Amino acid sequence: MHEMAIAGSVLDGALRHAEGRRVTHVQLKVGHLRQVVPSSLEFSWELVTKGTTAEGAVLGIERVEAVGACRACKRETPQSGFPFKCGECGDYGLEIVRGNELLIDWLEVDDDSAAA
Amino acid sequence: MHIKKIRVVEDALDANNTIARANRDDFDRAGVRVVNFMSSPGAGKTTLLERALEALDHELRIGVLEGDVQGSLDADRLAHHHAPVVQINTDAGFGGECHLDANMVRSALSSLPLDDIELLIVENVGNLVCPAEFKIGEDARVMASSVTEGEDKPLKYPLMFRACDFVLVNKIDLLPHLDFDLEAFLANLDAVHPGVPYALVSARTGEGLEAWFDWLRDVAQRGREAA
Repeated sequence: MHEMAIAGSVLDGALRHAEGRRVTHVQLKVGHLRQVVPSSLEFSWELVTKGTTAEGAVLGIERVEAVGACRACKRETPQSGFPFKCGECGDYGLEIVRGNELLIDWLEVDDDSAAA
Repeated sequence: MHIKKIRVVEDALDANNTIARANRDDFDRAGVRVVNFMSSPGAGKTTLLERALEALDHELRIGVLEGDVQGSLDADRLAHHHAPVVQINTDAGFGGECHLDANMVRSALSSLPLDDIELLIVENVGNLVCPAEFKIGEDARVMASSVTEGEDKPLKYPLMFRACDFVLVNKIDLLPHLDFDLEAFLANLDAVHPGVPYALVSARTGEGLEAWFDWLRDVAQRGREAA
């Protein structure tokens, strides 16, 4: 599915930041509101990294729960389903401040392995 | 071996988004507004597009970019209109992708007469999941959800329904033959995407289509206001 496209894109980003060094770990933040299946992404990651300087790199996935900021009472509360509703005052006017991300948070490289 | 940690904090789809921005720049330079039209397979995108071309062809300079895994069936159907139509096949060198991404759209730009059109409608691959994840450089997103697909779809595919600026509820001419609960569908839609504009339409009978045409006119208008 599209986890392959995402894994490919993560690899591009990782290699760019690694600047030729061997990548040992890539840490992702995946919001609950994104359509990503972690096991599928891990499987795709194994496939796309083969033969690259990221082969064997661990893909860590931190799931980020959805959090909504209430326009009425200004509090931020976790959201677990639809409709989004403020956990403090019950208002339905929320702005999602966490849970939509799909980002490369950090990575680890072997600093001694810079390409010649 | 000396392990070094590097802080990145970058969108995982950065590569796609960078190309989407490049597409956007090209569209802006040519004064073209772009609509990303999505739905599940068979919801009626191409027919809705045909109706739009029939109604707006002489009023707006429209171009169409067709995305399908294989074949040119959709492009062929639209070929007899004035609008230039270009077909992208995602299996042709893109591995049979289930969605259009910014790179695929970019590859088709040179085939489109951007200086001759003001509105580009990109008919995405029929898929309720993946297309919502990939920006292509569009100004607006619209989806079609047909009444034959059931009233629970917004709850099952929230990302798509949340990602779109306008929802066409199509095939309403079939309502007498279905157990589709329109009220429940609209409640589910509002729960997932509060306040999203929608229109009840039938591409077949023409009912409700003026709202679809008006929405396209509005999107095309955004370009002229900015000029």
